[in-house]
Amino acid sequence: MSYELIGMVVLWTFLFGYVIVASVDFGAGFFNAYSLITGKQHILTKVIQRYLSPVWEVTNVFLVFFFVGIMGFFPSTAYYYGSILLVPVSISIILLAIRGSYYAFETYGNKGHRGYAFMYGATGLILPASLSVVLTISEGGFVDMTDNGPFLDYWALFSSPLTWSIVVLSVTAVLYISAVFLTWYANRAGDFKATKLLRRYALIWALPTIVTAGGIVYELRSHNPEHFESLMNLWWMFAISIVFFLISVWFIWKKKNYGIAFLLLIGQFAFAFYAYGISKYPYLLYPHLTVYDGVTNDAMAISLIVAFVAGLLLLLPSLYLLMRLFLFDDKYVSGKK
Amino acid sequence: MLLFEDPVFSSRMLTLLTLTFHVIFATLGVGIPLMIMIAQWVGIKKNDLHYIMMARRWARGFVVLVAVGVVTGTAIGLQLALLWPNFMELAGHVIALPLFMEVFAFFFEAIFLGIYLYTWDRFENQRKHLLLLVPVAVGATMSAFFITTVNGFMNAPTGFNIVDGQMTGVSPIEAMFNVATPTKVAHVISTAFMTAAFVLAAIAAYRLIRGSNHVYHKKALHMTMKLGLIFAVATAIIGDFSGKYLAEHQPEKLAAAEWHFETEEEAPLILWGILDDDREVRYGIEIPYALSILAHNDPTAEVIGLNEYPEEEHPPMFVHYLFDIMITIGMWMIALSLAYWFAMRRGWNFVKKNWFRWLIVLGGPLSMLAIQAGWWMTEFGRQPWILRGVMTVQEAATQSNYVGHMFFVFAGLYLILGIGVAVVLRKVFQDNPVEKELAEQGGDQS
Repeated sequence: MSYELIGMVVLWTFLFGYVIVASVDFGAGFFNAYSLITGKQHILTKVIQRYLSPVWEVTNVFLVFFFVGIMGFFPSTAYYYGSILLVPVSISIILLAIRGSYYAFETYGNKGHRGYAFMYGATGLILPASLSVVLTISEGGFVDMTDNGPFLDYWALFSSPLTWSIVVLSVTAVLYISAVFLTWYANRAGDFKATKLLRRYALIWALPTIVTAGGIVYELRSHNPEHFESLMNLWWMFAISIVFFLISVWFIWKKKNYGIAFLLLIGQFAFAFYAYGISKYPYLLYPHLTVYDGVTNDAMAISLIVAFVAGLLLLLPSLYLLMRLFLFDDKYVSGKK
Repeated sequence: MLLFEDPVFSSRMLTLLTLTFHVIFATLGVGIPLMIMIAQWVGIKKNDLHYIMMARRWARGFVVLVAVGVVTGTAIGLQLALLWPNFMELAGHVIALPLFMEVFAFFFEAIFLGIYLYTWDRFENQRKHLLLLVPVAVGATMSAFFITTVNGFMNAPTGFNIVDGQMTGVSPIEAMFNVATPTKVAHVISTAFMTAAFVLAAIAAYRLIRGSNHVYHKKALHMTMKLGLIFAVATAIIGDFSGKYLAEHQPEKLAAAEWHFETEEEAPLILWGILDDDREVRYGIEIPYALSILAHNDPTAEVIGLNEYPEEEHPPMFVHYLFDIMITIGMWMIALSLAYWFAMRRGWNFVKKNWFRWLIVLGGPLSMLAIQAGWWMTEFGRQPWILRGVMTVQEAATQSNYVGHMFFVFAGLYLILGIGVAVVLRKVFQDNPVEKELAEQGGDQS
């Protein structure tokens, strides 16, 4: 396998990991704030806090890992994306700052500060939108190459239906993934009120998620025909994704097998996410930058891969320990310990 | 305003702002885990609940600092590419490895910090808590190690060749272990330990002044002052090596820091003073031969002066003041902690007086100031280069028109975060004084 391909597979996998863990995190913050408005906070807050507190830092590392990794494997991305993303990414940093400080400030300082909880909930929806803009830009058509380097055409970006489809998808997907996960988590905790409420949210957000996902494929057809073409060649991956989606919604509807439903949901998003990634290959920024132009030298690629394998040997057992203590420990989950 | 007109200048200022704010949390983030670990260890060894409590209370404050450290660390990580795209494209080929490994170290620390914080009531055995703290402290120190090698590389770029504008023969390991790495890493880590110890000592001294006469605070003060002394002495020794490194490999930085213009033997060291328009030093304290000793361990050795370098490659002259601030505070802290240690052994009472305790309280912020001055000196001292001898800051910066606006946005963010940290930390400890917590933990031993 070539270094470009290994690099891309590693990074795409970490991005996928971030999409799942961050979705749970973002959505939980939103549901928490929403429950404050609707007066259902007593049902949700405990379950949500118990899961989120020990893992928020780890969630953040997934993101850092992805952007440091892509700059490492493909230094040219730092030049292209770094030059154009100052404003959108700075906004994301600020939103991340609100979230990051929330846990520490909320847990130790101002317990139950409503304003902070609302801000925190709002960032849960704005952050996926601000981050997903990068995906839109990578489809091409929004960047002008000038003598002074690449420039982002903000007007073209904001007036494109593709941008808004991706934003809507990221928001609905966040709420759906989060609701399904929390349904399972609440159910394990034996918290049936929370399970009931979250199950309802999961069912509400299932349909919009799949509809907007379909809408994006449609948008791409006119925005980037080449990409659309290669997406269509992978139709079977999307078909599997839809089958997974239907089964997991069925389970949630029938109020059983929440754990399997969540696994199927991961499978559903994995197939769609990887199909999208494969169909984009080899472009990092269409049509200016491909993985072949952008890849780092061989010596660095090898050492990054070695570091990656060594790092995983350290990380996987630690992550397993973390999950055993906070995700699969029934006593902790149900709040007895 | 210049900030809105010149993207290069505003990129520099934004990077300066973010790093200056981040360094506060990064330094404590590297140093405090070790202190927590030592407290836990001493607690187990002496079977003394107070030290275990110390570890927990420090850890509780530490989380607040970590949160802001993570946030600002993410900010500077992204700003590297946003503000310096040309630099990251070039340097990324050589330094991606340590950046990547830093993330791993941070990951490792994050996982075990989460476990440590949320399992206090789950494991009976205190030794298990100690075991959880080891990866936290190791992870924190390792991230300092990796990220400092990157800074070392910027000061002493190596591990690649540029042939006709193309980069060839890249060796990531050689780049990581550049000539600047040993002194830089050792200095960064020892000063982080020293600063963390003195900041914690300042808190303990403050509680004692404010009337809590609890033995807990006395134990905390005693332990942190001793640790502070050890790391302050280590820092001074390593600082001396750093001076020799500069004389050998970055003489223009040392020359600017010392206002040493003419290359000469038996060079004197200048402390403080001001520089007039003709580059004459006035009101300075001149210590004969000291610069030659600092640079080469030989009072008659020749020290290269700044005039050997073209004017446009001179660092700004104010780095001298930063250098003086750093050195003076370092020496002062050694003297202070030595006095404390010696007087405690001899049973002299002046260390228990409030005026002496106020000096200890002052030592915390002073140590942090020395950290800032040191970083400012090392960073301004390699102007105009971003990669010494390879790429200037001018060539590396973004052309985006919005950097000036972002400067104010981030300044506002850091201000809010800074106030938030102060308010929350105050609340954490004031609402829950140690007497109360000890009572809850089932009886006070003393």
